[in-house]
Amino acid sequence: MSEQFKPNIVAFLCNWCTYAGADLAGTSRIQYPANVKIIRVMCSGRVNPLYVVNALQQGADGVLISGCHPGDCHYMEGNYYARRRLKLLKELLEFTGVDPRRFNMSWVSASEGHKWKEVVEKAVEDAIAAGPFDQFRRRQIGW
Amino acid sequence: MTEKPKLGVYVCHCGINISATVDVEAVSDYAQGLPNVVVARNYSYMCSDPGQLLIKDDIKEYGLNRVVVASCSPRMHEPTFRKALQEVGLNPYFLEMANIREQCSWVHQDREEATAKAKNLVDAAVAKVRMLEPLAPREVDAEPAALVIGAGIAGIQASLDIADAGFKVYLVEQSPSVGGRMAQLDKTFPTLDCSACILTPKMVDAANHPNIELLAYSEVEEVSGFVGNFEVKVRRKARYVDVSKCTGCGDCAEACRLANRFPNEFDEGMGKRSAIYLPFPQAVPAKYTIDPEKCLFLTRGRCGKSPKCVDACKPGAIDFEQKDEIVSFKVGAIIVATGFDVFDANKKPEYGYSDYPNVITGLEMERLVSASGPTGGEILVDNGEEKIVPKEIAFIQCVGSRDQSVGNEYCSRVCCMYTAKQAHLIKDKIPDATVKVYYIDVRAFGKGFEEFYDRVRREGIRYVRGNPSEIFKEGNKLVVKVEDTLTATPREDKFDLVVLAVGLTPRSDDRKIIDLLRLSQSPDRFLMEAHPKLRPVDTASDGIFLAGCCQGPKDIPDTVAQAKGAAASALIPLARGKVAIDAQVAEVIEETCRGCGFCVSICPYSAIELVTVNRMGNMVEVARVNEALCKGCGSCSAGCLSNSIQPRSFRDRQILPQIAALGGIE
Repeated sequence: MSEQFKPNIVAFLCNWCTYAGADLAGTSRIQYPANVKIIRVMCSGRVNPLYVVNALQQGADGVLISGCHPGDCHYMEGNYYARRRLKLLKELLEFTGVDPRRFNMSWVSASEGHKWKEVVEKAVEDAIAAGPFDQFRRRQIGW
Repeated sequence: MTEKPKLGVYVCHCGINISATVDVEAVSDYAQGLPNVVVARNYSYMCSDPGQLLIKDDIKEYGLNRVVVASCSPRMHEPTFRKALQEVGLNPYFLEMANIREQCSWVHQDREEATAKAKNLVDAAVAKVRMLEPLAPREVDAEPAALVIGAGIAGIQASLDIADAGFKVYLVEQSPSVGGRMAQLDKTFPTLDCSACILTPKMVDAANHPNIELLAYSEVEEVSGFVGNFEVKVRRKARYVDVSKCTGCGDCAEACRLANRFPNEFDEGMGKRSAIYLPFPQAVPAKYTIDPEKCLFLTRGRCGKSPKCVDACKPGAIDFEQKDEIVSFKVGAIIVATGFDVFDANKKPEYGYSDYPNVITGLEMERLVSASGPTGGEILVDNGEEKIVPKEIAFIQCVGSRDQSVGNEYCSRVCCMYTAKQAHLIKDKIPDATVKVYYIDVRAFGKGFEEFYDRVRREGIRYVRGNPSEIFKEGNKLVVKVEDTLTATPREDKFDLVVLAVGLTPRSDDRKIIDLLRLSQSPDRFLMEAHPKLRPVDTASDGIFLAGCCQGPKDIPDTVAQAKGAAASALIPLARGKVAIDAQVAEVIEETCRGCGFCVSICPYSAIELVTVNRMGNMVEVARVNEALCKGCGSCSAGCLSNSIQPRSFRDRQILPQIAALGGIE
């Protein structure tokens, strides 16, 4: 099973740095695995920690969050909030028995197309190592 | 409010940019089967006129009220499609884009995987678009003034253009005089017109223009606000000279106890200045400045019985009591024109820049040939034993450019030509000199460049292809060790003077302006434009523009062109008098807000306050958003304990369906 396991990873990227960096990776035709699917938010600070849990409930095997480098936030301090909240969440996930490799956080600027590729590759590698995830699944919730 | 969603999904081929990797037919067929989708189509270029017409016609024909476009990045064409929706009377915010080009077809090769991912991304866009809400774009007044940071040729030109158009300009320069790097140059390539002769009139114009307020010897301290309404604080550093009294006569500098004791920055340290100084004779404003780190009175509290400059100054302009002053003002647009540094030749120790006085940089050469330079234009160098007129001269190209070992992969664009120019000037002043240029490639790409390069070679300048490995001393000569790569011959050539054609680098103090204005940097560490082709003077922040070498190495004509471009862009909000503000800002659901004030402390823009409202007879506190200040980052929302504050277009109920779609559990 694990040989062919293709993890499904949901990524939340901030509009100004990492989303632009991922666009740059595209413009530069940098190839990376197709497992990561991106949701654009204006700032990594927008990512409610519950979104991560929700993604895991909804079938993701891993979650990736990436924003501007600390100190470079387009909104001055949004990524600091993200870092604090998500660090806590990571520990909480680990405490509840979720493999911490399922959750990756990174800082990729608008000019770091190559770094984005590395971040994706690491997230995929980590999720493969952690295996398919079904601990959190529940019947579809009607939003 | 809830009209049943009727969706149109439009999948773009982008020529073959998308369709080569993604099966666009399959994606649009798949979309057709998604809930609420009335029509799904694919087309070669969705952004083209006929492509947009397709969408507009469908909106009219099928009564669509939501549109998904699966194409390039929303950072590219979201405004295009929003406009299309608006043109047929649909709210422009009823659009969601699925990025299947930059983040799918261009980064994957497996057609099956890419198609599956594209379908999934369309899925998520469809899930979100159903939950979107109509928003009204807002407009606020724009302050009819601009801030220009840096008064080199770029800043001066941009300021003059904006001021000539009738708007107020605050031109801030951190050094005591305007003029920047161009003022340091002698002649300019390829026309050989004198740099000072063409620059100084513009410097004077900028200082005297009724619409320009020149803040020289000042630094921007704080910038807040947004396009149309930036609030700026500038620190006017104390010159310890009353500029209204100083006549620029120079008696003080001659009288100074430390007269001509310090290296003059303007002459690249080759000339000397006093502790009270004018950077160069044509400086604007022509007012003296006391260097607070050098002046005896300011550092030690006494200078003989009384400071000599005070005694010498007839108008009584010296004022040791002067303090830094903070000036505040509002502007509608900002132009960053902070310029560049030259590469630090010490980072190439093999060339012995700090070991041998007759190894100099291109900019030092510029001062050496300049009539206003430390030698009055006579080319005199110290060979370690005596001052001589050099007869054998070498230029080494690409020092600090195209060189991964120093972390600069880029070409500095000006060194080939300034070398050719300086070689010509040397031949002009020392006709019997032999001049050799060591190069990797000669890049003479601009108007008149190739012709000039040809001319210089015909004047007898020898070009040797090879990147020297080392410079060492033998007797009173410098030896350049190099392999001539055209003939594959190792050589050791002897010279009296070696000029390192140092490249251009980002300013070492760029960090300050990056933090102040939230700018991004390209991989080469220069400031980054919003789009490399189509928005070369814009930054990611609305209302902030770039001009000149802060954005990347440029020659003077390109700098002036970009400055004029930045001025024209900055003039748009000023001339319109209004700016559109994004409607995607946060909103409080007052019914559920518990008034804890957590969001108030989170908001980086102080856009949220607590107000008292009547909730069913009880007076309670709830949060309220000032929409003019909110920028829609959403940090408040992620922190809210009751999900009561939500950024429009990025609400929980809009993002959660996206997550569900991408998670993929049926």
